[in-house]
Amino acid sequence: MEWASQLCENRGLGSKMTDSKYFTTTKKGEIFELKAELNSDKKEKKKEAVKKVIASMTVGKDVSALFPDVVNCMQTDNLELKKLVYLYLMNYAKSQPDMAIMAVNTFVKDCEDPNPLIRALAVRTMGCIRVDKITEYLCEPLRKCLKDEDPYVRKTAAVCVAKLHDINAQLVEDQGFLDTLKDLISDSNPMVVANAVAALSEIAESHPNSNLLDLNPQTINKLLTALNECTEWGQIFILDCLANYTPRDDRESQSICERVTPRLSHANSAVVLSAVKVLMKFMEMLPKDLDYYGTLLKKLAPPLVTLLSAEPELQYVALRNINLIVQKRPEILKHEMKVFFVKYNDPIYVKLEKLDIMIRLASQANIAQVLAELKEYATEVDVDFVRKAVRAIGRCAIKVEQSAERCVSTLLDLIQTKVNYVVQEAIVVIKDIFRKYPNKYESVIATLCENLDSLDEPEARAAMIWIVGEYAERIDNADELLESFLEGFHDESTQVQLQLLTAIVKLFLKKPTETQELVQQVLSLATQDSDNPDLRDRGYIYWRLLSTDPVAAKEVVLAEKPLISEETDLIEPTLLEELICHIGTLASVYHKPPSAFVEGSRGVQHKRLPARTGSGEGAESPDVGQSGPSEAPPAVIPSQGDLLGDLLNLDLAPPTATVPSVQPSMQMGAMDLLGGGLDSLLGGDIGGSPSMGAGLGAAPAAMPAALGGAPAVGGGLGDLFDLGGGVGMPTGSYVAPKTVWLPAMKAKGLEISGTFARRGGIIQMDMSLNNKAMSVMTDFAIQFNRNSFGLAPAGPLQVLTPLSPNQTIDVSLPLSVNGPVMKMEPLNNLQVAVKNNIDVFYFSCQYPLSLLFVEDGKMERQVFLATWKDIPNDNEAQFQIKDIHLNSDAASNKLQGSNIFTIAKRTVEGQDMLYQSVKLTNGIWILAEMRIQTGNPNYTLSIKCRAPEVAQFVYQCYELVLKN
Amino acid sequence: MIGGLFIYNHKGEVLISRVYRDDIGRNAVDAFRVNVIHARQQVRSPVTNIARTSFFHIKRSNIWLAAVTKQNVNAAMVFEFLYKMCDVMTAYFGKISEENIKNNFVLIYELLDEILDFGYPQNSETGALKTFITQQGIKGQVRTKEEQSQITSQVTGQIGWRREGIKYRRNELFLDVLESVNLLMSPQGQVLSAHVSGRVVMKSYLSGMPECKFGMNDKIVIDKQGKGGTTDDSGKSGKQSIAIDDCTFHQCVRLSKFDSERSISFIPPDGEYELMRYRTTKDIILPFRVIPLVREVGRTKLEVKVVIKSNFKPSLLAQKIEVRIPTPLNTSGVQVICMKGKAKYKASENAIVWKIKRMAGMKESQISAEIELLPTNDKKKWARPPISMNFEVPFAPSGLKVRYLKVFESKLNYSDHDVIKWVRYIGRSGIYETRC
Repeated sequence: MEWASQLCENRGLGSKMTDSKYFTTTKKGEIFELKAELNSDKKEKKKEAVKKVIASMTVGKDVSALFPDVVNCMQTDNLELKKLVYLYLMNYAKSQPDMAIMAVNTFVKDCEDPNPLIRALAVRTMGCIRVDKITEYLCEPLRKCLKDEDPYVRKTAAVCVAKLHDINAQLVEDQGFLDTLKDLISDSNPMVVANAVAALSEIAESHPNSNLLDLNPQTINKLLTALNECTEWGQIFILDCLANYTPRDDRESQSICERVTPRLSHANSAVVLSAVKVLMKFMEMLPKDLDYYGTLLKKLAPPLVTLLSAEPELQYVALRNINLIVQKRPEILKHEMKVFFVKYNDPIYVKLEKLDIMIRLASQANIAQVLAELKEYATEVDVDFVRKAVRAIGRCAIKVEQSAERCVSTLLDLIQTKVNYVVQEAIVVIKDIFRKYPNKYESVIATLCENLDSLDEPEARAAMIWIVGEYAERIDNADELLESFLEGFHDESTQVQLQLLTAIVKLFLKKPTETQELVQQVLSLATQDSDNPDLRDRGYIYWRLLSTDPVAAKEVVLAEKPLISEETDLIEPTLLEELICHIGTLASVYHKPPSAFVEGSRGVQHKRLPARTGSGEGAESPDVGQSGPSEAPPAVIPSQGDLLGDLLNLDLAPPTATVPSVQPSMQMGAMDLLGGGLDSLLGGDIGGSPSMGAGLGAAPAAMPAALGGAPAVGGGLGDLFDLGGGVGMPTGSYVAPKTVWLPAMKAKGLEISGTFARRGGIIQMDMSLNNKAMSVMTDFAIQFNRNSFGLAPAGPLQVLTPLSPNQTIDVSLPLSVNGPVMKMEPLNNLQVAVKNNIDVFYFSCQYPLSLLFVEDGKMERQVFLATWKDIPNDNEAQFQIKDIHLNSDAASNKLQGSNIFTIAKRTVEGQDMLYQSVKLTNGIWILAEMRIQTGNPNYTLSIKCRAPEVAQFVYQCYELVLKN
Repeated sequence: MIGGLFIYNHKGEVLISRVYRDDIGRNAVDAFRVNVIHARQQVRSPVTNIARTSFFHIKRSNIWLAAVTKQNVNAAMVFEFLYKMCDVMTAYFGKISEENIKNNFVLIYELLDEILDFGYPQNSETGALKTFITQQGIKGQVRTKEEQSQITSQVTGQIGWRREGIKYRRNELFLDVLESVNLLMSPQGQVLSAHVSGRVVMKSYLSGMPECKFGMNDKIVIDKQGKGGTTDDSGKSGKQSIAIDDCTFHQCVRLSKFDSERSISFIPPDGEYELMRYRTTKDIILPFRVIPLVREVGRTKLEVKVVIKSNFKPSLLAQKIEVRIPTPLNTSGVQVICMKGKAKYKASENAIVWKIKRMAGMKESQISAEIELLPTNDKKKWARPPISMNFEVPFAPSGLKVRYLKVFESKLNYSDHDVIKWVRYIGRSGIYETRC
């Protein structure tokens, strides 16, 4: 109330019209005084007193003690006073429910008043009083008002139903108000229609499954008619409601679009955005070759651009939405780059958003202009904006190859400005450019090195260190540079420490003679003096690698890195689709689904774009193909937990987008190093498949089409001749011959070869240990890393006698499936550590999935049929098994030995169809259909599974079993 | 939908607080004050999410207006509503200031009750509101039944912006074509971006419910007419048509008719309102050209020379010309010589401001300045903000021409010829900048 008292002095100036004086009472005992005034006989005095009460209420004072006195003033024919009393009631009724009842009579009476304004006021206020006892009395007046002759009362009553539903949903249903509300959609007055639509939409949101807003072509037609006649706000309600409708076919979709497009010329930006939402959604259903589709695309651009001349806050909302639209349909705005150029006086939030869109629209055609602008922005004042501008230059270089050279020279110019944060940002992006275009721009390294001292941000320091390490052979004083960083090793952030460790190891591998001391220093700093487990682990791994096998170390540390992809910040496609359905709303501003910021049941439903219905277009997914400059599907890094959940839990839906991507090696922690590094270390030795290394991570695992890229483990192994001594061939299930897992040269003379077998329901790992060294080996032990199916040794490794030189010993290690689980890449990869008295050795091997096929994997026929139908068709994978000369019965017998059970057989036109089932140890069912044509040695295999990742490995087992 | 509406003064004290939904509590009022108004850093977004509650805010002078919600509301609608609310308040009591708000708080509550119901915006046309919400208290009780139903049918009706029974002795209308021309030019004189955003503002004092039709030299319309074979018209108007990129209309304009026939027909509100907005980017007449020359002489001196050229008919006069030349922060002294007008260095604004009252077309003028700089060890270079310009010219830089505005009122006995019409064109500078 400070300001109120300040105003006291000015009071004299105010005429009797000013109300500010009501704010001025700050004296003690005012409640008592007010009470007296409220009970005054004079009307004017009463009114003054109520005004004072409202003023106190506004500033947050508790005036609930005056409740009975204020309610007493309700019985008046002065509308202004009445409204004030109502305002008070709405605020305090909840805290004084018993007293609030006193007001009921007046409300009920007012609902019968001859003046429609008073009737509406009563019904409007009553709905805001959230007291159970009052709501009971509200029903009858509300029912009357919903059928009132005056549209003003009806439109108010429509909203009141939503209010009542918020208080007591059951009551609304029981009283049949929902049906009355539905009837109002056909009302003759457009505003009544609009409010009824708003109320119904809101109620429907909290009843996701009810068919409340039963939208059909007739109601849609009514809505479209009302659209032309109602207020701007009503148009928004109707358009937002229309957006929830899914037309039956492309014809209906087009006709709705035609009737919505005129709204794009409305002065109200919200009407325009809601119309854009409807069009963006319904466009999905139009065939792309339709003339109208092109026309519609052209019509969308100008209104979107016009939104940018609105007030800044609306510009912000518009820009956040345009950001989505540009990702979904880049073609709409591809020629409108210039309108996104930043103006000097734009608020910062508008500037940052414009910059984002500029990068998205950058293409070969406009890159020169964009770069000139970005360079201009990089000299502005706002630090965040400048940083983003510099980063944008880097992204342009990566996105538009032709511009890379110009971008690099622009960045160099910026580095010359010596503005600290500009330099640092530039170095971070130049690192990315190096990774995208290796061996092209390294000539600038010298300039970068000049700025070493000015870098004080971890990201920039880490980037610079990475550059020095990566190009150590071209930098004469690389050792000195890195040494200078090493001095303050413990004060650096983890990011920098990890990078420094890797860089020095790289340097050592490139220039071993001069840098031995340095590498020892960093390794001891990392392993002995650090508390950070990531750092220590990485340090130990390097240490062991370097001490055991420098050649392997070179392969691991200096491995060729995958190129970075261009658009890393695209919104994940399913989320993008959902957000497109929410254009104009908060969700589109936050770029988050409503469930992320709305409490309770509202907004939890996920909206989806409709599917295209045009024939012949079925194959084309709406996400791919129109992504403009970037053809590659956007990389999404799935969290391991989610994927695993899908793999292990049959009830979960299949993963929507599982395109794993390689994380940039910069961020690789110790775990990644183990995964990627060890694989590539051993990759060259196992089965001769070079693609097994880090490159594997990039191969889409979920897609059977990628077969060529992934190593056919079993097949590759099978071709190799038997190296080990061989344990007696087991009955039934096929066991692959042993292969060398750990060559002697990598394990100080210990050679391990082995294979896996399933015998009578027990999984065994058969190994031959061969001592090729000069001394005796003892104290053998084995451990597994976490893996996809939780394989773990069921007991210790039984090597009882010491292994003397040139001796070979065969051991069989029983395995359990109760170990810790982590999804591996490939799925059947197993990382093993073997210890003896000399050292610890690591290797990885791959097991055939048939190891996990359990004996009770025969499914009931009916269950099979139901499950087959139940699994979505997207999960079906087809394979060809070539050159099998078995008839269907023989094949079926052979497969049964490996726990692949035939449930039914059908013969159609000389073609045998075998229906088979397999169950994995973790409970996943795999269903298969195998087609065998007499005389044709090639079988067709269709596999359906809720976890589609496994299909490919199951196929490999089929091939292995049938061919052996 | 909108859960609550708060108005604060610059200190963060709440002037108006109206809660519409149960999920918004009193603590929301404080949350906004603490996290936005009293926030240490500059506001980085007009939408703020605090503890799953979203706050939308705009500022009018030093008054904060905030809408609060816990749902996934239509964000564009919320901002449009906040602007509309400002318009309504301005129409009732003038400038939005702390004093005016306090003086009218009862009225504001009454308006808020009417234009927002359960958070859903309702009819917010000032014309309609003023018929039943007045500053002099409510006339409700003295109204006849006919008057009451007339009010309600107007508030909910199809023509919510105009009431029946308006009468003028003299039927008159004023059309203002107001354009703001925006330019961003490179130091070398290359146009980086240029566009005109225009508004057609109409003041109508017409009796009855007149049906109006507005025509301008829209390229699409004129080309269509040319093709149609109306020979009398196509010859002379075809050459001067303009391409309109996009336009939006007041809600009185029948949009579906514009979409199908591209004709602008409507029943106008009474008094002043904005009929349409439009944007053009092609063939813009840039009224002025700015040619900058900045030379750094050593580390402590800058030489600036700026030439402006007017580029329109010599018979026309531009007014209120102002050129703003930014100076570095470490400027210690400035000497200016200009051929025309007055120029001054304003240290508080870090700029040389050069003002010329009037300037005819096809003329040229020049200013030169020497800027002394204090030596600094600040590594950061001066950002060289662009040179900006303000002016007013008596023509439409887009080339838009009003061709006709026809008025039909069938029930009353006045015809199109009896209406007195005034048309005026004003071109102003929007953001008119030249980089240097």
